[in-house]
Amino acid sequence: MTLPQSLALHGVGKRFGAATAVADASLEVPAGSYVVLLGPSGSGKTTLLSIIGGFTAPSEGRILIGGADVTAMPPAQRPTATVFQDYALFPHLSVAGNVGFGLAVRGVRKAERRLRAEAALDLVGLAGFGDRMIAALSGGQRQRVALARSLVVEPAILLLDEPLGALDLHLRRQMQDELKALQLATGRSFVHVTHDQEEAMALADIVVVMNRGRIEDAGPPARVYARPATRFAAGFMGESTLIEGTVRGRDGERLAVTTADGEFRLAADAHTGAAGAAVAVAIRPERLRLAPRPGDVTVATATVSETVFQGGFVRVKARSEAGTLLLAKVPPEEAPAAGARITLFAAAGDLVLIPGDPA
Amino acid sequence: MDTGERASRTDAVRGAAWAAPAVLVTAAFFLLPLAVMALWSLWTRTAGGVDRTLTLANYARFFGESALVAALFNSLETAALVTVVSLVVGYPVAYALAFHVPARWQRLALVLAILPFWTSYVVRSYAWLLVLAPNGVVNQTLIGLGLTEGPVRIAYTMTATVLGFTHFFAMLVALTVYAGLKRINPRLLLAARDLGAGAVSTFLRVTLPLSVPAIATSAFLTFVLAIGDYITPQILGGNTSLVLPQAILFQIGRRGDVPMASAMSLVLMAVILVACLVALRATRTEPAR
Amino acid sequence: MMPRRLARALGWAAVLGGFYVFVYLPVAVLVLFSFQDGRLPVPPFNGPTLAWYGKVLGNGRLLEAAWNSVVVGVGSSMVATLLGFLAAYGLARHRVPGRRLIHAALVLPLTVSYLVIGLGLLVTFNAAGLPKSLLAVAIGHLVINLPLCFLVAAAQMGPAEARLEQAARDLGASEWQVLTRVALPLALPSLFAAFCLSFTLSWDEFVIAFLLTNFDVTLPVVIWSMLRTGLNPETNAAGTLVFAVSLLLVAGAELVLARRGRAAR
Repeated sequence: MTLPQSLALHGVGKRFGAATAVADASLEVPAGSYVVLLGPSGSGKTTLLSIIGGFTAPSEGRILIGGADVTAMPPAQRPTATVFQDYALFPHLSVAGNVGFGLAVRGVRKAERRLRAEAALDLVGLAGFGDRMIAALSGGQRQRVALARSLVVEPAILLLDEPLGALDLHLRRQMQDELKALQLATGRSFVHVTHDQEEAMALADIVVVMNRGRIEDAGPPARVYARPATRFAAGFMGESTLIEGTVRGRDGERLAVTTADGEFRLAADAHTGAAGAAVAVAIRPERLRLAPRPGDVTVATATVSETVFQGGFVRVKARSEAGTLLLAKVPPEEAPAAGARITLFAAAGDLVLIPGDPA
Repeated sequence: MDTGERASRTDAVRGAAWAAPAVLVTAAFFLLPLAVMALWSLWTRTAGGVDRTLTLANYARFFGESALVAALFNSLETAALVTVVSLVVGYPVAYALAFHVPARWQRLALVLAILPFWTSYVVRSYAWLLVLAPNGVVNQTLIGLGLTEGPVRIAYTMTATVLGFTHFFAMLVALTVYAGLKRINPRLLLAARDLGAGAVSTFLRVTLPLSVPAIATSAFLTFVLAIGDYITPQILGGNTSLVLPQAILFQIGRRGDVPMASAMSLVLMAVILVACLVALRATRTEPAR
Repeated sequence: MMPRRLARALGWAAVLGGFYVFVYLPVAVLVLFSFQDGRLPVPPFNGPTLAWYGKVLGNGRLLEAAWNSVVVGVGSSMVATLLGFLAAYGLARHRVPGRRLIHAALVLPLTVSYLVIGLGLLVTFNAAGLPKSLLAVAIGHLVINLPLCFLVAAAQMGPAEARLEQAARDLGASEWQVLTRVALPLALPSLFAAFCLSFTLSWDEFVIAFLLTNFDVTLPVVIWSMLRTGLNPETNAAGTLVFAVSLLLVAGAELVLARRGRAAR
């Protein structure tokens, strides 16, 4: 039995020939965290998971679990267990045979195996399903069997490769809640790969946004959403208005940024903002409003090009005189008509500075 | 940081260990015998035994002796004829099975088509002899219908060989082409009809081109298996126009000339190899996937 | 006037009907005249008798050869299936340098005529001073069946199976456990099919057995020697019996595969 343990990646990279799948990935995960690797397909998130699981040898860097270097350790010996994307359940074994597999290969006796498999099935809500064949199960049930099979060997870290990808939307939201509950109940770290940002926000203690093999941002979902570190993180974790500009200079705690839509003064981190550097000012759509509140700054004056009713709010697309595309979510009763001229305001603290040139 | 390299080396050793027994069997009982035969083909038989000086005399004799060259051409002619006739017979059958038999009867129809071939190969050739013999079913029927005066000579001719081969290979072609036809997306055929193509035009422009890979595969199999076979020509063709495998066994059995038989075997292998290369080229020009 | 659809349907029915007559004609004649009450298995049919079957079943040489065929077939097919599976597993699951070349070498015997394979073994065994025997025949049949068994097993080594094996390793299985608990059970249905195919080919193989045996022979060789007596109802009876046994075996194999298939579903 292994105890919950921490996970650390130090400069992990993987090249396939000339192609770089993962570059310089570093990450610290305390024991018992729910980590979500989020990114589009081809972002390297699955390769990174496979490296943590020991299926893919990294070209460089080290992987530490509980402080011990496991970089050269084969999957069979690692304190990790993987729930595969297609579940990889053994079709020639029953549900109990699948769940008990990891115990059987460790030489656990049949009676104990039976008990522990039954307990694991109970944990995932499939008590009494032991004698069924895999082919007789629904997608959601297979998912649970795969979970039970991995949990029964009591891994320090459970790896999940797009575990909800094959389920329909309704089932996915339900399983999402169960996964979170399971992680809390077992106290182990889960590392979960997905391209669904809603799933990521709902589950993660730490969300790791990946793009083109690089970690763009990592942190609690609320922080990553509110203050994304990169342009990509801002765009992938929901929508943002991006106003391009350059740093004019530093003014104490604040940074002055010149844009085509006027000058903005933003709170600056210590490391961003040499004068002349290209940056963008990002604002989440629900942070833009049509009527100013005390202390608000004016973002831009714009002409509404499109409005879409989306139930609780109306999504407004507008273009400023300088040509910037603005996105706002406003209450239906305040929604302007297409063609109307509007002025958009936001709290100064909701303007986020993002470094770097437009991609 | 050599873990990857070391892992891949142990991985290679493991894989090689699993494959080793099969590779050893193939090397010892297939490749080695071919090499031994190649060596023997360069020796010559003498009155007392074997002269072990290396010479191409056997090959020279093969291509110089008209009876032996004739055997080569008989083989080529028979195999080519069998291939064409089997395609002509088998393709319409496959087409009828795939498109004109209700889907739920198709499996049964296929099983019924294969059923007779569970007789032993030797017995099957013998059975054709029963049918084609001067006093056999065919001749007695023809005479009974008054179509001929006396029995037609079919048994112990190349016609009988071709017929006996066609029996098996038409079935093989039908099966292969049927599988190919069933892989064609039926919507393609509907689309062609929808765009105004008639039945014949749809067949010529869509169905036939899409079944070319199956045709090529079955033609290749037919040619290669027919040209290397000894049983059917020996039982049905008799000794009138020998094919290469008959001539090879004649060298061994009657004349005890192992070097010559080896040389002729290599010629037979070379012919099959050429057929393989032709087939490979033909399938390579197919659009990929 | 006949509707065109009906005419077309009749046309296709004629194509199929003609084909089935062609395919069944020799077998029908073979079986019918195995019951011939007379010395010649040709028309007219003189009425049924089981005399020829009695003669065949009293033919010790024939029965002995049939048993030899079973032994050679089962032995060579078991070895071919096992070696084919191991080679397919090794090449599919491990990055062996030159695996394309090994693959090609293992499949190569398929492109060579049985006659040439038999002759090569004959010459080689002669040179090595090994006598003709049923073992030699079994080796020959191993050579012709190994490529087929290898290909059938290799077809079963797809990415889906690879993921299952990976899952087993992830759960702590050793390489040996991966093989015996996952790879082998998964491949079992196709290995059974490969064994059946292999046995069928061995059971029916003539030329190699003809070249490599002397006194202890296999069934096709005995039937071959019976042909020397010309057209003979006894040969018909022997052929019919072989046919019946083959059909029973095929039906049995189908039943096993169907039951396995249903259990898996």
